[in-house]
Amino acid sequence: MMSPKPPAGTPKIAVRSVRKSFGRKVVLDGLDLEIGVGESVVVIGGSGTGKSVLAKCIIGLMQADGGSVKIDGEEMVGRSAGERERVMRKFGMLFQGAALFDSLPVWENVAFGLIQGRNVARAEAKRTALDTLAQVGLGPEVGELRPSELSGGMQKRVALARAICVEPEIIIFDEPTTGLDPIMADVINDLIIKCVRQLGATAMSITHDMVSARKIADRIAMIHKGRIIWSGPTAEIDRSGNPFVEQFIHGRAEGPIQMEVRAT
Amino acid sequence: MPLLGFLASIGAVFLNGLAASGRMALFTLSALSHCVRPPIYLRLIGRQVIDIGYYSLPVVGLTALFTGMVLALQTYTGFSNFAAESAVPTVVVLSVTRELGPVIAGLMVAGRIGAAIAAELGTMRVTDQIDALTTLSTSPFKYLVVPRVLAGTITLPILVFVADIIGVFGGFLVGSYKLRFNAAAYLQRTADYMQANDITAGLVKAGVFGFVVALMGCYFGYNSKGGAQGVGAATTYAVVSASILILLLDYVLTAILFVGR
Repeated sequence: MMSPKPPAGTPKIAVRSVRKSFGRKVVLDGLDLEIGVGESVVVIGGSGTGKSVLAKCIIGLMQADGGSVKIDGEEMVGRSAGERERVMRKFGMLFQGAALFDSLPVWENVAFGLIQGRNVARAEAKRTALDTLAQVGLGPEVGELRPSELSGGMQKRVALARAICVEPEIIIFDEPTTGLDPIMADVINDLIIKCVRQLGATAMSITHDMVSARKIADRIAMIHKGRIIWSGPTAEIDRSGNPFVEQFIHGRAEGPIQMEVRAT
Repeated sequence: MPLLGFLASIGAVFLNGLAASGRMALFTLSALSHCVRPPIYLRLIGRQVIDIGYYSLPVVGLTALFTGMVLALQTYTGFSNFAAESAVPTVVVLSVTRELGPVIAGLMVAGRIGAAIAAELGTMRVTDQIDALTTLSTSPFKYLVVPRVLAGTITLPILVFVADIIGVFGGFLVGSYKLRFNAAAYLQRTADYMQANDITAGLVKAGVFGFVVALMGCYFGYNSKGGAQGVGAATTYAVVSASILILLLDYVLTAILFVGR
């Protein structure tokens, strides 16, 4: 069933007062975030502040305990798995560790969403996968390799190709440059910008890499203790006037953000 | 106060046990409901049948062969005290087809396949591959759990049928070459006491054991967490719980299928 077209001006993603806890540990504490159609928003924040949990609540991999997550105006919280599945077809996701399927060759990883999710014939899906691999700078010979034969940077490129192969409306990038050398990180940043523009997709990235955030974001939002504490255009982050943001972007140990030395 | 703490810890263990049973029951129901709803990935089921069945044949065959041989020897040693050596072929064929074939094959497959399934799915879980399936509009239950559970249920009876033949043959080898039975008489006695019902009941047990082995591997692998240590724990739990359930269900099925027949 096709989704009804949302009214003009409806944000692509609207997160309001979302709460998520694991036992007594509160991870998202009434978080609000809005992302417009075609906008690229980067959520920054320290480790364990709830960035990945937020992404998983938005894409539907986790159910929020309360609040509202709307995609194109459609409420996701409290909906059945079947109803969420329809909306999840709008998403593509690049996972932090690439999350490529070890048992499949690279081309089948990239074509997976087409073959299994959209019932495209294998031959046609393979052609599309090889075209998509070319978009991220990988030749057809890479398509026949196994993920374990690739370097970390190549795995990230394959994961990016897999995320964009189904031409999603929304792409979530979870720590896209973590673990890469600065040059490869910049290559991935460029590819993200190029692919998002080509698709006209809405993008949400989560990272603590400020170089990456400045490069790929139209807008940056900072999460701390389960809430968005600052949000604004990328150009304004250096004059945010927010001590939490200033401590984070300059990477200072001293400041209002105190690192937890053990899990609570 | 120490008594209260002791009682509280017993209560916590009991409640945790109930919660775990509930989660396992829901997982089983979900797996069963996905088994009868399309899409069914026949290609993946075929691959699992080969993994579970074909590659388990050597280990199951060898185990069945030596079980049949030992059974013939032990039966002869015991029964010769009562001048009842002639019962060796009967005891071997009944024991292998009714009991030892399904149980031994089930336990061997639990060790080989239950562990492999739990390790594979557990690794997929901790490396986000299961979440990646969901984001690619593919149900992890249909793609990972259903093919393994169906393949286990279909394949173990075939393995047990082969194990029955090899086990009885092992008894025959020892009977005719070591215990000096007349080969033709041994085979005739085996054929006289071999009942279709015994074989069928053994195969029914095998189907149930195959389902349990694959289900436990999938359940613990699918729900594993905590990196390499979590995957290791999932593998251990899968093998131990499948082995215990095989022995427990063997009693239940024997009571249902054989008692009062």
